[in-house]
Amino acid sequence: MTDCHDGAEPASARETGHPTVVLAGNPNVGKTTLFNALTGSSAKVSNYPGITVDRLSGTLDLPGGRVAEVFDVPGTYSLNARSAEEQIALDAIVGLRGARVPDVVVACIDATQVARAAYLLLQIQELGARCVVALTMIDEAKLAAPDPRALAALLGCEVVAVTARTKRGIAELTAAIDRTLRTEPKAVWRWTPSPALREHLDAIREVLPGSWRAEARHGDPRGDDALALWSLLCLEPRTGSSDDDELDAPDELRAAVTARAIDRTLDDEAVLARWAWLDREIPKLVRRAPDRSRTERIDRFLLHRAVGFVAFLGVMAVVFMALFWGADPLIGWIEAAFEAIAGAVRDRLGDGIFTDFICDGLIAGVGGVLVFLPQILLLFLFLGFLEDCGYLARIAYLMDRIMRSMNLHGRAFVPMMSGFACAIPAILATRTMERRRDRILTMMVVPLMTCSARLPVYTLVIAALIPGSALTQALLMVGMYLFSVTMALAAAWVMSKTVKPLKAKRLPFLIELPPYRWPRGRDVVRAMWSKSSMFLREAGTVILACSIALWALLYFPRELPAGSPDYAALIERAPTDEAKQALDAERSALQLANSYGGHLGHAIEPVIAPLGFDWKIGVGIVGAFAAREVFVSTLGIVYSVGGDADEGSEPLRDKLRGATKPDGTRLYTPLVGLSLMIFFALACQCMSTLAVVRRETGGLRWPLFLFGYMTALAWIVSFLVYQGGRLLGFA
Amino acid sequence: MATLAETPTGRAVTVRGVDGSRAFRRRLLEMGLVPGVAVRIVTVAPLGDPLQIEVRGGQWSMRRAEAAQIAVDGAPR
Repeated sequence: MTDCHDGAEPASARETGHPTVVLAGNPNVGKTTLFNALTGSSAKVSNYPGITVDRLSGTLDLPGGRVAEVFDVPGTYSLNARSAEEQIALDAIVGLRGARVPDVVVACIDATQVARAAYLLLQIQELGARCVVALTMIDEAKLAAPDPRALAALLGCEVVAVTARTKRGIAELTAAIDRTLRTEPKAVWRWTPSPALREHLDAIREVLPGSWRAEARHGDPRGDDALALWSLLCLEPRTGSSDDDELDAPDELRAAVTARAIDRTLDDEAVLARWAWLDREIPKLVRRAPDRSRTERIDRFLLHRAVGFVAFLGVMAVVFMALFWGADPLIGWIEAAFEAIAGAVRDRLGDGIFTDFICDGLIAGVGGVLVFLPQILLLFLFLGFLEDCGYLARIAYLMDRIMRSMNLHGRAFVPMMSGFACAIPAILATRTMERRRDRILTMMVVPLMTCSARLPVYTLVIAALIPGSALTQALLMVGMYLFSVTMALAAAWVMSKTVKPLKAKRLPFLIELPPYRWPRGRDVVRAMWSKSSMFLREAGTVILACSIALWALLYFPRELPAGSPDYAALIERAPTDEAKQALDAERSALQLANSYGGHLGHAIEPVIAPLGFDWKIGVGIVGAFAAREVFVSTLGIVYSVGGDADEGSEPLRDKLRGATKPDGTRLYTPLVGLSLMIFFALACQCMSTLAVVRRETGGLRWPLFLFGYMTALAWIVSFLVYQGGRLLGFA
Repeated sequence: MATLAETPTGRAVTVRGVDGSRAFRRRLLEMGLVPGVAVRIVTVAPLGDPLQIEVRGGQWSMRRAEAAQIAVDGAPR
C-alpha cells in the first residue's frame, strides 16, 4: 500500500473504494490488542513521515465481502495537541495534512475510566466523525462497567463491549462499523459556546484552509467549528525551530489566532463545559469506582521507599544481564555462521578481488547488521513487556528525580542503561519518550555509555600497556565505566543548557500510572518483531552500505608500495607453513598501510600525534568505524599478526609492548594506553550509531552534531590527559 | 491558599483551581482535574519527588512543583 500522507491521494473512500477506519482512544486501554484482533495477520508497522511514531495499519473484512483499511492512532487523552506527535491523532481522526478522511472512528472506551475516555469521544463527535465505541476492559471493571445499551443511548452511537483477548465482541463490532458506514456524518456538541467564543469561532472558521473544511472532507459543516476551536486553543506564535515540536498549521491561520490574543478563559470554557456534561451524565451509568486494590497492593511493594528500589534494581539487573550476557551466545552464533558462509563462498569462488568483496565486504557487512538483532530483539521484548504490564511508567516515576537533575526525562533511564550493551537498541528505545527534545537529548548522550564493543579495546590496551596487578587492571576497567556514566550525565546537563533545541523547557511531567495488567504474549512479540524488522530495513541498509565502503577504503588500492619484495614468490619458496603465514601477514600489513585507509591514517597522524598516537593507531581508528572492536583486528593486520587477532592475542600484545620510536624509546607507554582508552570512551567511533540517529531524527543534522561533539570531546580530553601526564613526568 | 503539594499523603481534598502555563493548565483540566473534583496524593516517590496522585479513579505521576500549581480546599493550613 502506498503512503497516504503525501496529500495527493484521494481523500476518502468514495474515491478508493475501501472505507477507512481509524482506532482512537486513551493510552493503556487495550487499543493495540483490539487492533490485532480486528486486523489479524494483515497488520503491519510503518512510520509517520518525518517522525518516528509507529503507525499500525491493516485490513478488516466487512460483511458482504467488503474490505476496510484500519489505521491505529497514537493513544491520546485529548485532541488538543501539545506536540507534533499528538497532532497525528487529530490529523488521522479528521483527515488533515494528507491523512485519509476516516469513514468511521472506532473510539476505545476503557470501562474502568469511562469519563476520561468519553472526554476524547466528545471531541471526536464535535468534529463530526461517524463514531462507534468499543468498550474495553469490561472484565477488569466488573460491576463498575456501564451498561453498553445505556452508554449507546447517552453517546448517540453504537457501543459494543469487546474482550479482544478472546475475540468476544469482535464480530459485533465489525457489524456495527459496517452499519455506521452507511450513516450520515453529524457533528454533535454537548455545550453551547458563549457569545464571545462564538464570535472567535466564526472569525477563525473563515480562515481555515480549504482542505480542512467540511466540504473538502465530506463532513458536517458544523465540524468546522471544532477545528476553529482547536486552532484557538492550540496554535501559538511560531518559534522557528524544527525541533520545537511545533504544531503544523498554515501561517495565515496561526496569525489570525495570534491576533485574537486568546487567554485561558477560553480554555476553561471549552474544557469545563465538556466535563460539566460528563459529570452530570456519566455517574448515572457508572455507579461505583473500579476496584484498583490489586494494583495498589503491588504498588505498595514496587513503589516502596526501600523495597521498591531494590525491586527496581532487580528488574534492571535482569534486563541488563540479558542484554549483556544472554545475547552473547546468539551473537557468537551469528558471527560464526557468517564466518562459515564466507569461508564456504571463498572455497567455491577461489581467491580474487570479487571473492574478497563478497566475503569481506558483503557477507561480513550483512553479518555486521544482523549481529545487532539479538540485543535489539531482547530489549524490545523487555520494553514491550514492561510497558504493557505498567511498570515502564513506574520506572519513569522512580527515576524522574535523578534524571531530571540532568534535564533528562525519567524515561531516559532505560535507554541509557541499555547503552551499556549497545547504543543501537538503546537509541531505538528512546521511542518510549513522547517529546522530540527528550528523545534527541537522550540519543546524544547514549553513545557515551561504555558499550560492549569498547570492551575488547579496553581489554587489549589494559593487558598490553597498563602495568600493575590484576586488581589495578580490574579497577581501571570499573573506572572506565564510571567515567562514561559521569561524562554522559554531564554532557546531558551541559547540552540542555547550551544547545538551543535541547534546552529544557518547563513542560509538565504527567505520566499515567496504569493498573498492572498481565501483558499478552502475542502483542509483545508482534511489537518486538515489527520494530526490529524496521531496524533491519531502514538502518540496516545504511549500515551495510557504510561497512562495504569502509571495507573498500581499507582494501584498495591492491598494489604494494614500490620496492616491496615479491611476496608471491617468497611465499612459494618458504620452507614451512609458519614462514608462509608470516610472509602473508607481512604482505597484508604492507597492503593495509598502502590502502586509502592507510593513507588516511598517515594523513590524520599530525592531528592525533598530540594525543600520543601514531599512524598505525590512526588506521585502527579508521577501521574502528565499522565497529569499535574492529580496532583490535585492524591493529592485528598492521602489526603483521593477522586479521584474526583478538584482544587475548599474546603476539599482538607483545608487538604493542615492543613497538619503539625511531629513537628507541617505547612507542606505547601506559600514558598512551590511557589516552587511547579515553579516546575510545568518548569518540563516536561507530557508523551504525550515526546511521540509526539519522534514521530516528530524520536528517543529517543530529548525527553530524553527535559525531562532531563526541570527536571534539574525545580529542580534548585525550589531549589533556596525555599532555598533562607528560608535564607531570609520566612518560 | 493551600496547594496539592502541601497536602498530607492520603488525604482527599477538593480542587479549587489550576494555575501555571496555558498548555500545562489545559492538560490538567482535560485529564479531569477540574474545580470541584476530589484528588489525593497516594504516595511520594522514594527520592521525595514526583508524587503519585489519584484523580477520578486514575493515577498519575506529577512533580511537586506542578502539584504546587493546584489550589485545593480541605488541606490543613
